[in-house]
Amino acid sequence: MRYRNATAYRFLTPYLLIFAIFWIWPIISSFLISFQATRTLPWRFAPAFNWGRLIGDPAFFNALKNTLLILVIQVPVMISLAVVMAVLLNSPLLKARGLYRFAFFAPVVVGEVAYSAVFRLMFSLDFGIINKLLNSVGLEKIDWFSNVTPAMALIMIAVTWRWAGYNAIIILAGLQSIPEDVYEAATLDRVSKVKQFFHITLPLLKPVIVFCAVLSIIGTMQLFTEPFLITERGGPGGGTETLGLLLYRQGFRSLNFGYASAIAYTMAGLAIAITLVQLWLMREPK
Amino acid sequence: MTSRSQRRLGRSILLHLFLTPLALVWLFPLWMMVVFSTMPDNGIFSPGIELLPHDGFLDNFNNLQRDTNFVGAIGISVSVAVTYTFLSVLLTSMAGWALARYEFLGKGLVVAIIFGTITLPYAVVLIPQFIMVARDFQLANTWIALIVPPLFNSLGVLFMRQAFSMMPAELFDAARVEGVKEWRIFLFVALPLARPMLAALAIILFLASWNNYLWPLLINSQPGAMTAPVALGTLIGLTKVSWGGIMAGAVMLTVPMLIVFVLLQRHFIAGIAAGAVK
Repeated sequence: MRYRNATAYRFLTPYLLIFAIFWIWPIISSFLISFQATRTLPWRFAPAFNWGRLIGDPAFFNALKNTLLILVIQVPVMISLAVVMAVLLNSPLLKARGLYRFAFFAPVVVGEVAYSAVFRLMFSLDFGIINKLLNSVGLEKIDWFSNVTPAMALIMIAVTWRWAGYNAIIILAGLQSIPEDVYEAATLDRVSKVKQFFHITLPLLKPVIVFCAVLSIIGTMQLFTEPFLITERGGPGGGTETLGLLLYRQGFRSLNFGYASAIAYTMAGLAIAITLVQLWLMREPK
Repeated sequence: MTSRSQRRLGRSILLHLFLTPLALVWLFPLWMMVVFSTMPDNGIFSPGIELLPHDGFLDNFNNLQRDTNFVGAIGISVSVAVTYTFLSVLLTSMAGWALARYEFLGKGLVVAIIFGTITLPYAVVLIPQFIMVARDFQLANTWIALIVPPLFNSLGVLFMRQAFSMMPAELFDAARVEGVKEWRIFLFVALPLARPMLAALAIILFLASWNNYLWPLLINSQPGAMTAPVALGTLIGLTKVSWGGIMAGAVMLTVPMLIVFVLLQRHFIAGIAAGAVK
């Protein structure tokens, strides 16, 4: 390829302009804002103002704890479920494959608001279909919204329902790129299907699974709509408040941009740290 | 051979015995969305278990329209999603083309910055974007505010770069020998060849825009400027609101996308599998 600076930049410039204004500059800007006291005009440079507050803010640690708790439980459960879905959907024995695919993949197109509304209604205390069904099989109904543990469980159930199929699509694509003959050889050697799964499929899927895990962690890290709409602004009493919700309240309800930026950069730091750990875990053994 | 085919049958039955209940559980929220959207509020909030649709969808829709101008909001959502999708596909495929097909000064840097920042959480840019659009540009509650900032999404660039770099160079060199201009080669040779990838990208971008919630919630908060998800979201949690109406709105947001999904499943799955959008 010859150097074609003028031509290349004619194609690139429109996108690069938007990318610089609405992505690169905000990344820098938000870092700078996090070092400013923004509660009074004019803003002034005060490095410890927001970061100092962050370290001593129980609301921040509550949101951090909740976010990490959701992350640690929900992501592994969802990824495991997605692997199971993908492997079973890929089975040559499966009939009516299209129907099963529709069932698991359909949530991918459902918007956060629509499904939050449905989950809120389904899990309501006295008239929710879930409690009615629990009652009808002789179980106690659960107060999903007034107690912290069920409320957290509900958030995790909702997010898992929405995103398991999304991950299954990616994992299924990974499965289908594994060459058939790997399994043929194993089958000839009378290796059982279960052993094949653990010794062939899973190791070959590792990069795809790590990719899904990283995407899911970054997504869950920013969890906002579900605790905002389903458990009503992080209720009960902040029991499901996440970092995303705290950022929203600080940034857009209290208009405290400096503090909200510090929270945003904490999320970024966590996302980067977790991503690096994941990449380190999946490094090729030398 | 009998025992082997019997084992196969056994495994097949086990597979379906496990997968069918799971599939039903997964379909249940969508099914209930449809059922709720057809039930009057006193039916939703009654002690009995109702699992089949009724005939109250139109009443619920009227209640919804009374609570908020949902039809207007749908109009905004459709126009924004169509415009955004068109512009984003155009911008990212032009950029992807340049990165795939030309050597130029700063190419390494551009690629490094895109890749290096792709895993940063969106939350990081939210506040500066908001300050810029609402305060500096005074564009809150406009269409531009809904359409332009989300165009930064770089996954489309990487997706199209991949698509264009897989095409054989001879294709384009032949046109160049005949003196065809670069932009014509892009428009009339490269883009038509990339049609399946463009379709996958367009579907994913349309869906992302259609369902986008946080940014429209922040930037277009005035009633006449809200997108449909935001308008619906304002009703959730109000005390005097028709839940049947909210469910009718949820169905109107969801069912068209489900139909598109069924019709264009191949492109959808291709787009997601390639990680075209977070």
